[in-house]
Amino acid sequence: MRHIRIKRIEEKIFKALMIAATLAIVVSLFMIIVAIVKRGLPAMSWDMVSKIPSGGFYLGKEGGLLNAIVGSLYIVIGSISLGLAFSLPIVLYLNLYLPEKSRLAQFTRLSFDVLFGIPSIVYGAFGFTLMVYLGLRSSLLAGILTVTILIIPILIRSIDEVMRRVPKEMKDAALSLGATRSEIIKPILRQVAPGIVTAVLLSVGRGIGDAASVLFTAGYTDSIPTSLSQPVATLPLAIFFQLSSPIAEVQDRAYAAALILTFIVLILSVAARFYSRKFSKNKI
Amino acid sequence: MDKTRYNKFRQTREFLIRHSMLFLTLVSLSFAVVIGISLYYKSVPILDQQSLWALLTGESWKPLKGEFGFYSFIMGTLWVTGIAIIISLPLCLLAAIYLSEYAHPYVKKMVFPMIDVLAGIPPVVYGVWGILVVVPIISTSLAPHFVEFSTGYSVLAGGVVLAIMIIPLMISVFIEIFDALPGGLREASLSLGATNWQTIKKVVLRKSFPGLAAAVVLAISRAFGETIAVLMVCGNVSEVPHSVFDPAYPLPALIANNYGEMMSIPMYDAALMLSALLLFVIILAFNAISRLVLIRIERNFAL
Repeated sequence: MRHIRIKRIEEKIFKALMIAATLAIVVSLFMIIVAIVKRGLPAMSWDMVSKIPSGGFYLGKEGGLLNAIVGSLYIVIGSISLGLAFSLPIVLYLNLYLPEKSRLAQFTRLSFDVLFGIPSIVYGAFGFTLMVYLGLRSSLLAGILTVTILIIPILIRSIDEVMRRVPKEMKDAALSLGATRSEIIKPILRQVAPGIVTAVLLSVGRGIGDAASVLFTAGYTDSIPTSLSQPVATLPLAIFFQLSSPIAEVQDRAYAAALILTFIVLILSVAARFYSRKFSKNKI
Repeated sequence: MDKTRYNKFRQTREFLIRHSMLFLTLVSLSFAVVIGISLYYKSVPILDQQSLWALLTGESWKPLKGEFGFYSFIMGTLWVTGIAIIISLPLCLLAAIYLSEYAHPYVKKMVFPMIDVLAGIPPVVYGVWGILVVVPIISTSLAPHFVEFSTGYSVLAGGVVLAIMIIPLMISVFIEIFDALPGGLREASLSLGATNWQTIKKVVLRKSFPGLAAAVVLAISRAFGETIAVLMVCGNVSEVPHSVFDPAYPLPALIANNYGEMMSIPMYDAALMLSALLLFVIILAFNAISRLVLIRIERNFAL
């Protein structure tokens, strides 16, 4: 009898510990968001999102973060389009042309899993060597290229995951009616469209928030770039640089920028959730 | 006649699309090789001058004198990563067990999106949080109990921030592994009169140990490479830390902090590219090993 009682007590203790651990993780998320909002909200103003820095901005005078917001958007739009152009054909090739147990497909999936784990600072350093090699200076183009390399593994992994779930019968039916494989691309893409949207939202989140990759390659500037060869400001770097300023007003802007970035990422995350839910209703 | 020409066109189109896709796939597979080679090529100058071993174990970092010892940076990385794993591993393990073995589907529905959000928060925002919350807590309420003085910008601050950052990755891989375990194993144990927790301890954890180890290795390699968040809170003093309240200077922070002046001092760029190469090779190996283990587990359990 005693034995059973100990069993019960142990069960209860560990269950309590597990609930505590889960709560701790959830609470830390809220702590982070509360801290960012509490510090960032007082520093927010309409000027922040509608003006570029004017003279004396870094001494605490007028101006906003529009350069960084637009810069981040440029980088993300550029690298998402480039990234999709690269990753869609690859995922289609894996799923449409290669047999399920193909060595090449397995190896490719493994490589992108591994590339997904490579830190952005390494991609940044690589982008930098590439830039020096090509004779480019830090620019919008170099930033876009580096972020593209960073997000291709994310795009490929998450699109591949949904494309693998497309029923095989769909492909077989089309092929047996005499369609070539490349003619099935369109219906398959239509089938996985929500998955592609989710993948894009995920990559936008990663691309817009990453500082280490653009640190080397995109540079920083107070104006909005008008060509691919000009340097460009980004939100993460705006936070990073302004936070190191000794002037309180400039630091405030870093906190405002952090709030903007968090807000963008939260929206993306909710949207991604919404789309993937729509796509697969039985997934938890 | 017309129809055969049309079919000919379809076949050519098929051929072109198929081969350009194959080409793109092969190009993308060479990514890793190209990155490795170009970083190596850039770090050759310093490797010609000093042996890799001397660089890794050298403690003195004086770029102006041409002394590039990575030892304190490697130790900084190890300290911060160690703290992060010590904090996050028990949390993740307990939470993952709870979510996959005990929790009501409704709880899962609430918690999973939050873990997703946690995964989506950019590193730089974690860094800001570290500066706003973690660093002040350490310097004003924690450190005074143990050491005379600490600014708060320390190994511990880096470790705490990093711990929260790797939680989403660790927890989601853990849950995947638990979910992949065949349900029959649990039922067999439960039917013999074991409690839920006994089943977890003696069956679930033991069976999934290789996978859990692989997940931890994945998390370690994520922590190794994390740059901006750690850089913002860990103090960046190039000395070997002796306690968790000492500042540290991990390798990625070294690269990120000095890219500006590296072109103006001889060998500096080679030294920094070498540290990027080191990170790349170590993380590549860690990732490849743990992914292979995870793939094998998935295949074995799928039967």
